[in-house]
Amino acid sequence: MMNPGMELDLGWVQKTTINLPAVERRAATLRTRRTVKKSWQAAWLLRAVTCIDLTTLSGDDTSSNVSRLCYKAKHPIRDDLLKAMGMEDAGIEVGAVCVYSSRVPEAIKYLKQAGGSSIPVASVATGFPAGQTPLETRVEEIRRAIKMGAREIDIVISRTKALQGDWQGVYDEIKVCKEACGADVHMKTILGTGDLGTLTNVYKASLVAMMAGSDFIKTSTGKEGVNATLPVGLVMVRAIRDYYHKTGVKVGFKPAGGIRSAKDSCTWLALMKEELGDEWMKNDLFRIGASSLLTDIERQLYHFVYGRYAAAHQLPLA
Amino acid sequence: MAASVSVPERKSEVKRIFENMEYGPAPEASNVAKAWLQQHDNALGHFIGGKWVKPENRKTYDTCSPATGEVLASTTQGEEEDVNNAVSCAKEAFKSWSQLPPHSRARYLYAIARNVQKHHRLIAVMEALDNGKSIRETRDCDIPLVARHFYHHAGWAQLSDTEMRGWKPIGVVGAIVPWNFPLMLLTWKVCPALAMGNTVVLKPATFTRLSALLFAEICHEAGLPPGVFNVVTGNGAFGSKLAMHPDVDKVAFTGSTPVGQTLRRLTAGTGKKLSLELGGKSPVIVMENADLDSTVEGIVDAIYFNQGQVCSAGSKLIVQENIYDDLIARLKERMSHFRLGHSLDKGIDVGAVVSKQQLATITEFVEEAKVEGAEVFHAPVPVPQTGLFYPPTLITKVQTVSRVVREEIFGPVLVALPFRTAKEAQSIGNNTNYGLAASVWSDHLPTALELAISIKAGSVWVNCHNLFDAAAGFGGYRESGFGRDGGKEGLFEYVRPAWEERPRPECKEIDVKSFGSTFGGSIMPAPGQGQPTANDVQQNGIRLPKVDHTYKVYYGGAQKRPDGCYSRPIYAINKQIAAYVGDSNRKDVRNAVEAAHKAAPGWGKRAAHNRAQIVYYMAENLEMRRSEVANRLTQLTGESLESSMREVDLSIQRLFYWGAYADKFGGSVQETQLYGCTVCIREPVGVIGIACPDQNPLLAFVSLFAPAVIRANCVVIIPSERHPIPALDFYQVFDTSDLPGGVVNILSGGRDHVTKYLVEHQNVEAMWYFGSAEGSKFVEHSSAENVKRTWVNYGIQRDWSDPDQGQGEEFLYHATQCKNIWMPMGVTYAN
Repeated sequence: MMNPGMELDLGWVQKTTINLPAVERRAATLRTRRTVKKSWQAAWLLRAVTCIDLTTLSGDDTSSNVSRLCYKAKHPIRDDLLKAMGMEDAGIEVGAVCVYSSRVPEAIKYLKQAGGSSIPVASVATGFPAGQTPLETRVEEIRRAIKMGAREIDIVISRTKALQGDWQGVYDEIKVCKEACGADVHMKTILGTGDLGTLTNVYKASLVAMMAGSDFIKTSTGKEGVNATLPVGLVMVRAIRDYYHKTGVKVGFKPAGGIRSAKDSCTWLALMKEELGDEWMKNDLFRIGASSLLTDIERQLYHFVYGRYAAAHQLPLA
Repeated sequence: MAASVSVPERKSEVKRIFENMEYGPAPEASNVAKAWLQQHDNALGHFIGGKWVKPENRKTYDTCSPATGEVLASTTQGEEEDVNNAVSCAKEAFKSWSQLPPHSRARYLYAIARNVQKHHRLIAVMEALDNGKSIRETRDCDIPLVARHFYHHAGWAQLSDTEMRGWKPIGVVGAIVPWNFPLMLLTWKVCPALAMGNTVVLKPATFTRLSALLFAEICHEAGLPPGVFNVVTGNGAFGSKLAMHPDVDKVAFTGSTPVGQTLRRLTAGTGKKLSLELGGKSPVIVMENADLDSTVEGIVDAIYFNQGQVCSAGSKLIVQENIYDDLIARLKERMSHFRLGHSLDKGIDVGAVVSKQQLATITEFVEEAKVEGAEVFHAPVPVPQTGLFYPPTLITKVQTVSRVVREEIFGPVLVALPFRTAKEAQSIGNNTNYGLAASVWSDHLPTALELAISIKAGSVWVNCHNLFDAAAGFGGYRESGFGRDGGKEGLFEYVRPAWEERPRPECKEIDVKSFGSTFGGSIMPAPGQGQPTANDVQQNGIRLPKVDHTYKVYYGGAQKRPDGCYSRPIYAINKQIAAYVGDSNRKDVRNAVEAAHKAAPGWGKRAAHNRAQIVYYMAENLEMRRSEVANRLTQLTGESLESSMREVDLSIQRLFYWGAYADKFGGSVQETQLYGCTVCIREPVGVIGIACPDQNPLLAFVSLFAPAVIRANCVVIIPSERHPIPALDFYQVFDTSDLPGGVVNILSGGRDHVTKYLVEHQNVEAMWYFGSAEGSKFVEHSSAENVKRTWVNYGIQRDWSDPDQGQGEEFLYHATQCKNIWMPMGVTYAN
């Protein structure tokens, strides 16, 4: 379901404050209150795999590594492991492949070659990562990426406007982007939380992004100093919950940047389960933006199946 | 292909879980804990003098896991002989332990901290098994705090010569601790006791003896000399025997208010020191400008932590009316995510409650609320069918009249009430017999701070709840007890002034009901009991009778005729009647206490500088009357004029001394592990009743009222019964020194008679009594009713002219109570 958005409600945006130390306390115990072991751990890790936006966003991206990434997207976990867990027919593949817009055509091509056309290609757009380009060119990027076949667009908000308290401006720009995405393309809005200064701003930016029609809100570009941390995630999912209670619309959440360990991925899933509920544990409402995470998950699953820890060279490189 | 362990049985399981994304079991292994119990044949004795002691012919008590009912081990029901054995070991060990250099004691405490960390997991598992609380809590909270406490107090041991100069150890400490944090709370007693050079006999709670016994063995292995720390097990009566043992010099107790009261009465008049950390009904105050989702998590920490079996549990949620519905809705949604289960499951929030009795009590409270028409919301989550589980519960539609709002439930049950303004929040928050803790939720600094100051409780958490640390004393106001566990403030519970010996009063039996109750019991307030002093003056060669001087009682800043309109004769040294003074009764006490309470808020808000100025001004005015006052002292007491002059001069000095302390004892910043600020504020105790001794009728009076008032208390003071006139003359000094009315109130009369009504007054927060051994016993006994703080002399005189005895830290300790305010800080999380 797409988020139709709503009028900007500045009264709501302005009234909330977020208390960082209290948020941090909750975030700290989230890791220790919940844990999954054995079959539960394996199942949860497989679910995490299906929520990964397998990502490469580098200046040196070429067809070689994009193609490797796309094949891995279709075959994220070794067949023998899936078979041992009885999951060979469960269609385990990642949630999306996420690239720069110039790499979209080849990503689509390689996914097709790998038999993974069902996997959407997500493109970052709008002057990623800084968003410091004119609005017209940002919107044009969206249009072109879609034209080239991207089914999901990850935009960035203007941190400039957010830091200046121009929430109307932030709202208007996101709305324009949403219109450019149209009805069929999922729009994920990156808040660049590491740049926002306060968790109160993170909450406000989350609300504004949802009011403007974002289908997902996403923590960060992976390029800020601090990326997806649990306190930030907690504030964003609470905003999603508030928005849902007010509008009945379910907006998705995507933490991105810095999530590298299998255990982390389970913690993020637990965060979704605890704060939002089981519905938010599927890839239509939850994504993890990551690149190296998959390797650690595969290692854990190897251990679950064989009772031994794998060497890195035993697992296919992404 | 490297390995080939296939897992066919898990195949369908993984698929099923992948679909439903449920949580599964995450058990912590208990094999090491059970092996330790087996090493002791699952039958544990006492640990006395560095050895396991299993006397013959003792009854046993089987300790069970509340999560399953499984019997873990049998433990010993001790008898008097075992108490005697343990106390004599501790007494023997005290001889050398107390003489060790501080550095040696520091090394022992440090070694215990290290050894606790070495066996962290084992202790955590044992505690979770035996208590029913979750392994997550024992692992992440209880045991780390135990280690932290020992490290911190290793430091106090090291520094005791300098930081605690003028104080010395007490002797043998009898410690009695409850079952909710079995090891952590015993640590809170043992650490300061050992650091200050005392030895300990500990009685753990019946339900939870295992961790204490395990810990005793760990201490022994850490090299602690035999007899320094002993553990004996037994029932409640056995605990009383420990408390009453003549060689136990101090009783340290954490537990329920009724048991604390019993201990107060039992030990009354014995000269034993006592500290009580008792129950609570702590408010969680939520203002409209709080971060509501974070507040909800804070409420979880406040009331559902340890199944609500926490003395400082935030069990009374009071929420500003305009956010009440929103907060309650958020809380209910949060409660739907709780997981209840076996204490050794790493993924649970709420474990089993400790015992069947406890479960029954909780159930009874909630059922009663239902009958009253309250709305009861149980967390809509699965509750294990076996084991002693009670679901997290929220009660709404109740008011201050309900028992669930007023009394401590000690379970996962929260009551919620709305309020309108911060002022009302303060009134509702303080509308309780207890005063252990509170939390304040507001992102508005002036609001949060004012509430934190105005709530009468020993710990106030701002935007958090149930944070503990060795560097911040924990303990209560009101019926939550007295004394502090932790921080420098906690050390004073385990020391006595270096000049003082353990009082062992020869106390006659007293009848608590009738003690001091007869008006005019000591001297009849009537004429005809002696020769009046010559009473004339010469004017221009003509003899005239002196203008009659009437001594009245003094309260609310004015001289008042005593309610009974009786006057008692006061004799000079020549046996002649020097004057008649007002003979106060119960109603004078009532009026004076009322006047004191009226003055207290204003006096407390005065700048400390201003309080100092007033006391200095008293000194100035007293010096103007120096020879007049000295002459009168001599006339009354028969001391030489020189000696009386010295008493006046010392009184002036003492006023200066206390004036100096008016703005130099307000508190300190505590170095806890909190990122932010933990501030210890030494608040006034409140209204203090003081009964002065007969010796040094001026100096003792000044030495007692001055420290109280400079620390912002108001006092109702009974001057020396024999020589009240110097104190009564002093009200002219008060009146000329800008002292606000009601801060010092003077009631002359029979010491024990007036004391009786002061100590029985529920709105008097402390009683200082310097009179007879019997009176001291009465004061301590009677104070139990509302757990007043007391300071009594057991009939033993002190030398008021000696600065060690007549002034100093001991007075400040009695004139203040510590409140620790926890203020987390932070807005920076990234760039």
